[in-house]
Amino acid sequence: MLKSKFRKLLIPALAIGAILMANPAASETIKIGAVAPKTGPLAGGSTVTHWPSIQLWVNQVNAQGGLKLKSGPAKIELIEYDDRTNPGETIKAVQRLATQDKVDFIIAPYGTGFNLATAPIFAKYGYPQITTTAITDKIPELTKRYPNIFFTLGDTTAFTKSVAEILSKMRDDGTIGNRVAMVNVADAFGIELANAARPIFKSAGFEIVYDKSYPLGTQDLSPVVKGAKASNPDAFVAWSYPPDTFGLTALAKIENLNVKAFYTAVATAFPAYQAKFQSAAEGVLGAGGVNPDTPEMMAFIKAHNEVTGKAPDYWASPVVYASLQVLQQAIEGVGNKDRAAVSAFLKENSFDTVIGPIKFNNQNNEAFWTVGQWQNGKFYGVSSTGRPGAKPVKAKSGW
Amino acid sequence: MTKREKRSIIPVFLIFASAALIPLVDTGYWLSISISVVMYTVLATSWTLFSGPTHYISLATAAFFGIGMYTVAGGLELLPFPFLVFLAGIIGAILAAVIGLATLRLSGVYFVIFTLGLAEFIRQIFTWVQTTMGTSSGLYVLTDITESIIFWELLALAMLVFGLGWWIGRSRLGFALRIIGNDEIVAAHCGINTARAKIVLFIVSGSIASVTGALLSPRWTYVEPGIAFSPMISFQVVIMALLGGTHRLWGPLLGVIPFTLLWDVISTFFPNQTTLLLGISFLLIVYLIPNGIVGLVEKIYSNWISGNREQFN
Amino acid sequence: MDIVVIGLLLGGTYALIAIGLQLQYGVARIMNLANGELLVAGSFGAFWFFSSAQLSPLLSLFIVTPLAFVFNWLIYQYLIRPLVRRAKNRGQLEVDSILATFGLSFIFVGLMTAIFGGEYFSYSYLEQPFNLLNQSYGLNRIAAFLVSVVFCVALYIWINRTQTGLTLRAVAVAPESAGLVGINVPNTLALAFALGGAVTAAGGASLSMFLTFDASVGVIFTMKALIIVIMGGVRAINGVIISAFILGFVETAVATLIDPGLTLAAAYLLFIFILLFKPQGLFGGHAS
Repeated sequence: MLKSKFRKLLIPALAIGAILMANPAASETIKIGAVAPKTGPLAGGSTVTHWPSIQLWVNQVNAQGGLKLKSGPAKIELIEYDDRTNPGETIKAVQRLATQDKVDFIIAPYGTGFNLATAPIFAKYGYPQITTTAITDKIPELTKRYPNIFFTLGDTTAFTKSVAEILSKMRDDGTIGNRVAMVNVADAFGIELANAARPIFKSAGFEIVYDKSYPLGTQDLSPVVKGAKASNPDAFVAWSYPPDTFGLTALAKIENLNVKAFYTAVATAFPAYQAKFQSAAEGVLGAGGVNPDTPEMMAFIKAHNEVTGKAPDYWASPVVYASLQVLQQAIEGVGNKDRAAVSAFLKENSFDTVIGPIKFNNQNNEAFWTVGQWQNGKFYGVSSTGRPGAKPVKAKSGW
Repeated sequence: MTKREKRSIIPVFLIFASAALIPLVDTGYWLSISISVVMYTVLATSWTLFSGPTHYISLATAAFFGIGMYTVAGGLELLPFPFLVFLAGIIGAILAAVIGLATLRLSGVYFVIFTLGLAEFIRQIFTWVQTTMGTSSGLYVLTDITESIIFWELLALAMLVFGLGWWIGRSRLGFALRIIGNDEIVAAHCGINTARAKIVLFIVSGSIASVTGALLSPRWTYVEPGIAFSPMISFQVVIMALLGGTHRLWGPLLGVIPFTLLWDVISTFFPNQTTLLLGISFLLIVYLIPNGIVGLVEKIYSNWISGNREQFN
Repeated sequence: MDIVVIGLLLGGTYALIAIGLQLQYGVARIMNLANGELLVAGSFGAFWFFSSAQLSPLLSLFIVTPLAFVFNWLIYQYLIRPLVRRAKNRGQLEVDSILATFGLSFIFVGLMTAIFGGEYFSYSYLEQPFNLLNQSYGLNRIAAFLVSVVFCVALYIWINRTQTGLTLRAVAVAPESAGLVGINVPNTLALAFALGGAVTAAGGASLSMFLTFDASVGVIFTMKALIIVIMGGVRAINGVIISAFILGFVETAVATLIDPGLTLAAAYLLFIFILLFKPQGLFGGHAS
């Protein structure tokens, strides 16, 4: 009795085990792993900026026959996992990619916390970790600790400095006055940016006339926008997240918050932002930006639309794609799957990408777009740290 | 100690001993999974210590867990790690005592939602404090503690929890709790101090959850309120414990192990439908295994015993 | 004054979020953890009609609501009913329904992700200022508020003035005795559950006019709804409506006068205090 029941249970268990263990060693393929949220709180961002770029890159590389190794072209076999925005799952998935799937390379996860949580595992197994959606002011300390981690998106100080510079310039031109209303979402990125911005704005001679945070997931931002408007600002800066970037803009429009400089952070660069606000988006400043008129960028946008069926965002999408181009060039430069050699190659060389050349200095890419602006239906980079082609800033003229 | 208990000591000891060898065999994926298993075993078992006999469903696990994480993350530069873990236990116990005293009058679903609201309240306060006073959204926990060490720490904690559970089960306290669970009014009439018994157990369970959070803090490296106080932790613990079965000490373990493995198989093979399939497997389990896995095991066991008897007769 | 109007608008939003759950939990006795996902499904419905057929969300309400009613009726009949039948007591049903609806919420998230994708959704409808007492408010918020008022009033009248409403109340108070006086209890429970789902989806459709949503966001609404329902007292629909408005006022007042960062903390603090001093909720009569 028990025996037969036991056997019934045992057979599927063994079958599952066998599938888990099986690692069909196909020749001429290179296994690349990816883990990021497809569901959960961060899925809204990762399905816009992270997954489509990966899909596009794999598609393009394989269409050309694969990565060019010395032994011949190797097609990419992509292994992807959904971490459901749970760091425990991310850690487990990266472990699985490294030790069970035995992938050759792993694409960095999505989000600052998730990249940091998995950094020890990337380091332990010697995988290069080219982070794209990790923003921190601890870059020197982290790169010292983890020799294979690379940062591409920039740091909070640079982002806020650029905003301050743009506002200063507009003030010097006489477009705006001295009064800045600043709000931030009380979560990761929003907090860091707001804290970095306060001293920078003050030392640039701005008066912060309204400075409040609001919790993530607030259903009504009216008090925030009304409060900001009541403070009679010349510029409005929101260190915001996707849902509240939309919410704040809609309310600013309704409240007719007429400032010459209107800035919202994450998701301003999303195509959905332009789709929703259309002409009202004109002149809105936001985090990120690109130079959408370079031939590389135009090709990227076109291919992105064709392969994934949607438009890329004008900030992190090309950065994620560029990080994959960097990885591709490093692998092809080395000519084999030797991870240590690829990491060394990454540190020493410069790479041509869709966002321009990338060169890591102490594992950190120091040339990135910091502020963009919607102009004539495109999100142009208007400020950067060492990227050419910034457009001049326009004053926002009403909604 | 009864004869049966004596007989089970050796296998239990063997199970723990062989579990302790896992990091020596594999420090990769299987260790990661084992950490998940032990972490949820500790959380679910300690949850059951309180909720099993009293039938009070607490959704405050995330609050204790998060506070434990933050104790370590916040104090790492000032105090040694072991002391912080101890401190986390104390803070968790104090918090549990306060909640316990405050919620004496609540019962049933009011207690459930109260604990949920409380956990969210604590999360909001931490977020606000960190926003207004801190410099970054999260705290960095950069240590040299490896996954193997975390696993052994958790395993030791699990042993402690099981030992505690066994001891409570045979003590006056456990007896009192079982009566409370059956009928609180009867218990009060028997002269049992129902309030004290409940609070003591809630303190035990809260304190253990805090220590678990403290131990896991180095593994997550970067602690943010949204991650440390994620309500999913509370829900997952409740669900695993309930599916395992809460009227046996080892019930939650039987929920945790198959679930962690099943969920892992699903997320391995269906990365694009993970959430959907998790939901479906969940429903199937609820409908097909109504009394939890303990119920299923006990049914098979009793069938087997009676089957054997029939053969002998 | 501003606080009053904004609080009122927010309260209306919360009422829409919570009354559906009140019907499902207070009357049908199913603690539906998938409630928030249903709301998001309503939002997706409105979004889909708006973007593919340019249909106003206020009109698509008339399609989304009946669809949700039928859908929830089916869920009750085929998924919840077996649990009700096999449950030996109230506690067992509570545990089973928590487990089952938790699974359902995963399924809904998975389905919506598969159908619409995981990104953020938002569209502009009635996004114009509406002047009231020299202050401007979003017209879409006013519209959602009116929808909420219509639903609240209609439900209130229906429950308190009609025969079916009476049976609903009877079942809510005493399901066992209701059966004895000739009420078809199973059908009434299914009706309450389906109605609750329909109201929730309607709420989602009207909220989508001004909230940005994605497939995974439902759990936030579930938690809010749970808290409002418990705060108001599970059994009484008017208690839930009133507690939704109280919450709207408190959040707005705290955001305006103290610090927007503390709005949610204040909401939970209020909830904790109410439960401490009035353990059965503001309008809860007797123990459950």
